[in-house]
Amino acid sequence: MALIPAPVVRFYHRMASPPHFYALTEKLMPWLVAIFVVLLAIGLYGGLYLAPPDYQQGDSYRIIYIHVPSAWMSLFIYVMMAVAGAIGLIWRIKLAEIVAISSASVGASFTFIALVTGSLWGKPMWGTWWVWDARLTSELILLFLYLGVIGLYNAIDDKRTASKAVAILALVGVVNIPVIHYSVEWWNTLHQGPTVTKMDKPSIHVSMLVPLLVMAAAFKFYYLIAMLKRAQLELLQRERTSAWVKKMLAEQQ
Amino acid sequence: MDLQTFFAMGGYAFYVWTSYGICCVVLVLNVVVSIRKRRQFLRQLARKQARQNS
Repeated sequence: MALIPAPVVRFYHRMASPPHFYALTEKLMPWLVAIFVVLLAIGLYGGLYLAPPDYQQGDSYRIIYIHVPSAWMSLFIYVMMAVAGAIGLIWRIKLAEIVAISSASVGASFTFIALVTGSLWGKPMWGTWWVWDARLTSELILLFLYLGVIGLYNAIDDKRTASKAVAILALVGVVNIPVIHYSVEWWNTLHQGPTVTKMDKPSIHVSMLVPLLVMAAAFKFYYLIAMLKRAQLELLQRERTSAWVKKMLAEQQ
Repeated sequence: MDLQTFFAMGGYAFYVWTSYGICCVVLVLNVVVSIRKRRQFLRQLARKQARQNS
């Protein structure tokens, strides 16, 4: 154990301990909310007001400031969920299981937003709400994967067993992530190619790019807030008979 | 730029504001549901504990 410094080990044990995790998230929450609100305000102001209209798409392109960050989050959260699920599966860490399932509803929300805003952007630009091209279809499959994870978890009463099943489903579904990301390059899609993540030079002006990145950061904080809120509920439900929950309840009264 | 041109979004008001509206509703609901459920659960648990203690 000498390989890992003692403070790291201590931190690890603390984070894996439910009462510490619960207390820490309570303490962190106001800070996370404050950072989120500031980033959101800056991002919206920059994106909706400061940034100029697009020379081809006019003002309709402003949907990008929620559409693209949501789509990024839908992939990011899925990977987080699968990794947390794997950690729970291998080391049987209860908190990893809780983080995995708590991520699912947030991820499903972002996937839904990405699909709906994409549709609302597609109508004026492409002339259609929906096409079955590779990008849109693979993103829809992602939504079904999220819903499958949530449904499977709710269908199994024993939550340790449910977490195992969910982790396996999430891991299998990881296959879909690179498919979504590269779909615009592998197939000839109606959906446009990447604008930001091109290695050489993003094909978007700085005044449009900065608000987009700020919104992406804001959504990361939203994920933390929403996921931790869900995790607290999940933790309380699982630990309802434990001493620390009883003590907390007694102190509240 | 006056407010009217801002809200008009160059003629794309419906698409832009519907997108932002739906996004807002979904994100707010997600957190509100968790907070509500937790409050409900804690209340339920407290009642149960009070019954057991009496």
